[in-house]
Amino acid sequence: MTTRRTSWDMLVLAAFVVLALFAPLAIYPLFLMKVLCFALFACAFNLLIGYVGLLSFGHAMFFGFAAYVSGHLAKVGTVSLPVGLPFVGWHWITIPLPPLSPELAILGGTAVAALLGLIAGFVAIRRQGIYFAMVTLALAQMVYFFCVQAPFTGGEDGIQAIPRRPLLGLLPITDGFVFYYVVLAIFVIGFLIIYRTIHSPFGQVLKAIRENEARAISLGYAVDRFKLIAFVLSAALAGLAGATKAIVFQLASLTDVTWQMSGEVVLMTLVGGMGTVFGPIVGAGVIVAMQNYLAGFGEWVLVIQGAIFIVTVLLFRRGIVGEIIALANRFKGKREGRAEPAGQAHSRPAE
Amino acid sequence: MFELLGVPPQALFGQLLLGLINGAFYALLSLGLAVIFGLMNVINFTHGAQYMMGAFVAWMLLTYLGIPYWGALVLVPIIVGITGVIIERLFISRLYHLDHLYGLLLTFGLALMIEGLFRREYGSSGLPYANPLPGGTNLGFMFLPWYRAWVVAISLIVCFGTWFMIEKTQLGSYLRAATERPDLVQAFGINVPRMITLTYGFGVGLAALAGVLAAPIYSVNPTMGANLIIVVFAVVVIGGMGSIMGSILTGFGLGVIEGLTKVFYPEASNTVIFIIMAIVLMIRPQGLFGTPR
Repeated sequence: MTTRRTSWDMLVLAAFVVLALFAPLAIYPLFLMKVLCFALFACAFNLLIGYVGLLSFGHAMFFGFAAYVSGHLAKVGTVSLPVGLPFVGWHWITIPLPPLSPELAILGGTAVAALLGLIAGFVAIRRQGIYFAMVTLALAQMVYFFCVQAPFTGGEDGIQAIPRRPLLGLLPITDGFVFYYVVLAIFVIGFLIIYRTIHSPFGQVLKAIRENEARAISLGYAVDRFKLIAFVLSAALAGLAGATKAIVFQLASLTDVTWQMSGEVVLMTLVGGMGTVFGPIVGAGVIVAMQNYLAGFGEWVLVIQGAIFIVTVLLFRRGIVGEIIALANRFKGKREGRAEPAGQAHSRPAE
Repeated sequence: MFELLGVPPQALFGQLLLGLINGAFYALLSLGLAVIFGLMNVINFTHGAQYMMGAFVAWMLLTYLGIPYWGALVLVPIIVGITGVIIERLFISRLYHLDHLYGLLLTFGLALMIEGLFRREYGSSGLPYANPLPGGTNLGFMFLPWYRAWVVAISLIVCFGTWFMIEKTQLGSYLRAATERPDLVQAFGINVPRMITLTYGFGVGLAALAGVLAAPIYSVNPTMGANLIIVVFAVVVIGGMGSIMGSILTGFGLGVIEGLTKVFYPEASNTVIFIIMAIVLMIRPQGLFGTPR
């Protein structure tokens, strides 16, 4: 059963990659790169809500902060770290760095996001359910205020004109087509990391925690450690998405750290299907396309996003991919002459 | 002029008063959240938008109908409370049998919609609302504007009134009983679904009241609720939603701490509540007044 599902998933992934390889012939590469960045972001978010049952309402802090770090490393390089305490006075340690190449900048952003995830996760996993959502939201708001005040982020202006130097000193990513395939590769790597995690013994424990945390504890699993590792992984991959997006758009701004951005990734995952492997990709495509299409309508975007939230929660909680899976299961059940419970635990986040 | 801890007293007491006022809003809003959560197990993400609606409806009553502030103070909580009742009946009541997270997602969507509609209609630059109590008095060490004193006083009265109603009256005892065992209370012949609806309306009314109080202080702005509600969430996490009195004390206390931070270390004034939240989570995860599960 598992192997059959895995090979089925791999088939869908292969079809997706083939489609993605030819997509830039028909669609503007910059738009496709945006979709891929958000798809990776949503997949990272889905790892927590779909497989650990933790609703993070602050994932923009990893996405946006990694974008700042990667933008800063690619444009300026030099890093100044404060040492010391408030009131006592700050001391600054300066690490002189040249502006880094894009791959190092992206890796740097990802690493910082992982570190931030370790700190935020350590605090947040002390509560479950809606409290977890509120705590992550509050922590993200703290990171937002930090980004407003910190000198290196450029305040309201953000970091603009981030250079696209040749990748690995070879690939000219100033060319949208070339960079698109790089971003596609980054996405596929990120996706496979998540896929492997979900289908590993580690992933099985995560699902056990989602279904029944108390029982997982009684079976002797160090539940908090599992949650923390999953949180850090999710944060790092969200950071990878944000760091890549900064190089793609040559811009890191406050928009990416706001609570609205955290809400958007929730919406993408919800629309696509929480707890489904491909749902977040579909959701990201739908929402980014909608934003592009409605860009001229100003505030209506917010209203429509809100309406989609309401409709999805009330009418099709399984999301697009979740509904398709449920439909396919019902069809299969009918053909094989037995009723199968549609959807199962697949589309339901645990408490 | 003498100085206290190296800070001129006007600045110190001025910020303390500002802190008390912010605390009044934190207390009113977290109280509403706690009352709603207690009975419905739903975190009302729309709370910030409903606070904003309170300010806007007050502005509309004044601008379109000429109803002054004092009339709005009574009418607005009722009007916005009724919209809350409608929202509960139409949407939220369909989610009680599901995971609580769906309630959070639904109310978040509602908040986005309401904020978007108001932004579309009124822009995001903010509308002025005249101060109904201009002037103030000089207390010697600081200047006390009448309106600010009024805000602190009325919110204290409303907070303790709510506490009294829930903890000391028969209606409150039904409410507390329904929080523990809704099925049993229903079996005793009390209409629990209606009680839930009215409680939601009441919590929303509290948010709207806070909005009316805020209108003359801050400009009436579609975004005024969204940023405030996140801070209020942190307040709720710090206090724990187990006790009504806890919400009130935490709200006022954190407002004052935030005010003091503005005097002594202004860089951290935006983040101090979140930092306190992180520390409280490390030491006492259930919150200062919460009960461990």
